Amino acid sequence: MSNKIKFKIDGVTCEAEKGQYIVDAAWENGIYIPTLCNIPGIKPQGSCRICTVNINGRPMTACTTPLLDGMEIENDIPEIREIRKAIIESLFVEGNHFCPACEKSGNCMLQALAYRFQMMAPRFPYSFPVKGVDASHPKIIKDQNRCILCKRCIKSIKDEDGKSIFAFYGRGHKLRVHVDPELADKLTDELAQKAMDVCPVGSILVKEKGFDVPIGKRAYDNVPIGSDIEGNK
Amino acid sequence: MNSTVQQIINTYKKDRFRLMDMLIDFQEELGFISKETVKDLADQLDISTVDVEQTLSFYHFFTTEPTGKYTVYLNDSVVAKMMGQEEVAKAFEEELGCNFGQVCEDNLIGLFATSDIGMNDQEPAALINNVPFTKLTPFRVRELVADMRAGKTVYEMYTEGYGGGNNKSVLVRSMVANHIRRIGPVLLNDCSPGDAIKKIVQITPEAVIEEVKASKIRGRGGAGFPTGLKWEFCRAAVEKERYIFCNADEGEPGTFKDRVLLTECPEMIFEGMVIGGYAIGAKKGILYLRYEYKYLGKFLNDVLFRMRGNNLLGENIAGLEGFNFDIRIQFGAGAYVCGEESALIESTEGKRGEPRDRPPFPVERGYLDKPTVINNVETLATVVKIINKGSEWYSALGTNDSTGSKLLSISGDCRFPGVYEVEWGFSIDDMLGMVGATEVQAVQVGGPSGALIGPDEFSRTISYADLATGGAMIIFGEQRDLLKDVVLNFMDFFIEESCGSCSTCRNFPVILRRTLKRIIDGKGIRKDIDDMEEWGQIPRVSRCGLGQTCTNPILTSIKNFRHLYEDLVDKDEDYVSEFDLSTAVQESCDFVGRIPNI
Ligand SMILES: Cc1cc2nc3c(=O)[nH]c(=O)nc-3n(C[C@H](O)[C@H](O)[C@H](O)COP(=O)(O)O)c2cc1C
Ligand code: SF4
Ligand code: SF4
Repeated sequence: MSNKIKFKIDGVTCEAEKGQYIVDAAWENGIYIPTLCNIPGIKPQGSCRICTVNINGRPMTACTTPLLDGMEIENDIPEIREIRKAIIESLFVEGNHFCPACEKSGNCMLQALAYRFQMMAPRFPYSFPVKGVDASHPKIIKDQNRCILCKRCIKSIKDEDGKSIFAFYGRGHKLRVHVDPELADKLTDELAQKAMDVCPVGSILVKEKGFDVPIGKRAYDNVPIGSDIEGNK
Repeated sequence: MNSTVQQIINTYKKDRFRLMDMLIDFQEELGFISKETVKDLADQLDISTVDVEQTLSFYHFFTTEPTGKYTVYLNDSVVAKMMGQEEVAKAFEEELGCNFGQVCEDNLIGLFATSDIGMNDQEPAALINNVPFTKLTPFRVRELVADMRAGKTVYEMYTEGYGGGNNKSVLVRSMVANHIRRIGPVLLNDCSPGDAIKKIVQITPEAVIEEVKASKIRGRGGAGFPTGLKWEFCRAAVEKERYIFCNADEGEPGTFKDRVLLTECPEMIFEGMVIGGYAIGAKKGILYLRYEYKYLGKFLNDVLFRMRGNNLLGENIAGLEGFNFDIRIQFGAGAYVCGEESALIESTEGKRGEPRDRPPFPVERGYLDKPTVINNVETLATVVKIINKGSEWYSALGTNDSTGSKLLSISGDCRFPGVYEVEWGFSIDDMLGMVGATEVQAVQVGGPSGALIGPDEFSRTISYADLATGGAMIIFGEQRDLLKDVVLNFMDFFIEESCGSCSTCRNFPVILRRTLKRIIDGKGIRKDIDDMEEWGQIPRVSRCGLGQTCTNPILTSIKNFRHLYEDLVDKDEDYVSEFDLSTAVQESCDFVGRIPNI
């Protein structure tokens, strides 16, 4: 039984299942709404706010808002583009991102979004926070300088009993992601790799391994992030 | 394992949804929550240690180090500072020879700062072992320190009698004054406890909702959602297990009216919860009480106990077969954001107080994912009056779009700070006259998340159509430096209290504060003002009201007091370097023992 409904993004009529999250529905229709914290298939929590769209004139996150019949969504308009760009810039100044020295360069979603939104240098002053690197675990390095606190690792990486290996610590601008030392000791190679892959930036790295895929052949080296989705059109 | 730890875990039946209560008990019984305690707790609840710590580290009053036999939390809000908090803080530090954030004298006394504790009408104030000490002076500080050194109990440290009303109760014993300065329809003591409950059991829940809708009352917690409608939505939910919460988190700096209601009208608040419970079909109610009001805990539990004895809570309430409803108190542990309704739910479930995405709204999926109504203390108390005296009586009060009355918490530069109940439609001018405020430079309407307005707007009125407010009014006299003393402090507050989940609310207040500070320090340029206005819009896309309003102190002060900013910035320069070479090389010079030759 089909439950298809019609909705509009920037005036373009689209079709999708009722109740689907807007991001998923848009992507299926070949329209790219950028995301950072969202992992398709896992309960969303609008944290990065990059996917903000206007629905009936009000800003809402497309990753958490279910689609309703006849919804009119504004996505690629100057106002929204500006907000997204400002958010990306703020994530750069919040941490310490030295892309050329980062293993994730080219596979990093933050870097790719900065390119897509044509960020030259952040308009906000750098804060150069002292955040540290936690290399105490056998399988992974947790570089706090690069963490954008998107929660992806927290939501998707659990041990076989379902226990959290990553979790938030503190709040506000002092928020950090901590690694459970005992569970990290028991981390399998597969799970360590999964954690690195799920991290949109280079904050979780698998130890004793690097640059398997050379620069130039990485996900966003040659095409802007979102091209695959726009190719769906 | 430590037997106290085991006992506490057992008390809550190893239920991880009661993690907050366990952590509160640990903190109180053991003085802090050690690594070992965290480990024991994680093992027993079968969760990882980082999961315990993510809750633990969220709340201001949980600590991982001992905080002293006497733990002093001195309020550092705007009004506290206006009333002399800095001298009080200095006296503490001098007398003890240690700084805030430290514990001294062999773990005897810990000194800590805290956000607003709901005592704006009697600042400077501090909590010492959870008991409020108000109207502090350097002289009193020296006495208090001597008393602590002598090992006195907090009650032995009082030099004045207990405050008025129920502050005198043996279960409260507090020096807090009520300062009820104007009584209106809600505060007027003209109904007996239980009357409204006896009335509703005669009619259907739907009829109760109709009555509340007809009164046109809107939520008094700030957002102003129509109460009757909220109840109707919840009642319409398919799921039958439902909950009602009373939101007594009262964290917005400058508000303290709920403190007074909790002290003087607790029966009415609980009765309002029973009515709400009946209307929406809930069997359980929870009062979420901020930890700063811990001193009211025993007293409030006793009220509940007596209500059970009077058949106003428990089973077959007021003789109505099958009408079962009871209430428990959930304490917070120091987090302003937990006043946000979905964060309050998360917190009650033992988690970090991170607001949820909406939809779904709590009326669809709230506490334990069940339909839940959250109402402010004042809303629930008012409902009791509406049931007792009728919606017609109530809706005739106030204005057309804002019916009834509002409790205002008024503080700052005025002769008579306190709680005033006025009908909606009251003007700011009248308010200033009422409280004895002259030479007023500005009024902060609705706390830091509200607006800073100047004299040309004092003819405006308090109503949903004009100045909507949860009731916090802070008055600033001519002598105040609005940017340095007020706006900067409010920004610090939001930075401290953001849950950190949204990138926008985590980062933009910090970015804007930096620019503001530069302007205050005389290093700003004109473009900084424009930048702040522009950048200040971005957090509007945050998940909850905290982030959406966190730049209001800057935005509303630029809008209404632009000249203050313009006076400070250099109008000719278009760039002022923030870079200072000697500061930049300080660390490395210190390390190698070199004196910078700049
Ligand atoms: C950051 C934040 C803090 C809040 N704090 C409180 C509070 O302390 N008390 C309160 O009643 N409502 C507070 N609210 C509003 C609640 O989310 C909610 O709207 C209110 O409790 C609903 O009750 P009402 O409809 O009776 O007003 C807060 C909202 C936000 C965004
Ligand atoms: S470590 Fe990576 S995945 Fe985890 S919160 Fe930080 S940026 Fe997100
Ligand atoms: S707006 Fe701020 S307080 Fe609210 S959810 Fe987002 S980060 Fe947390």
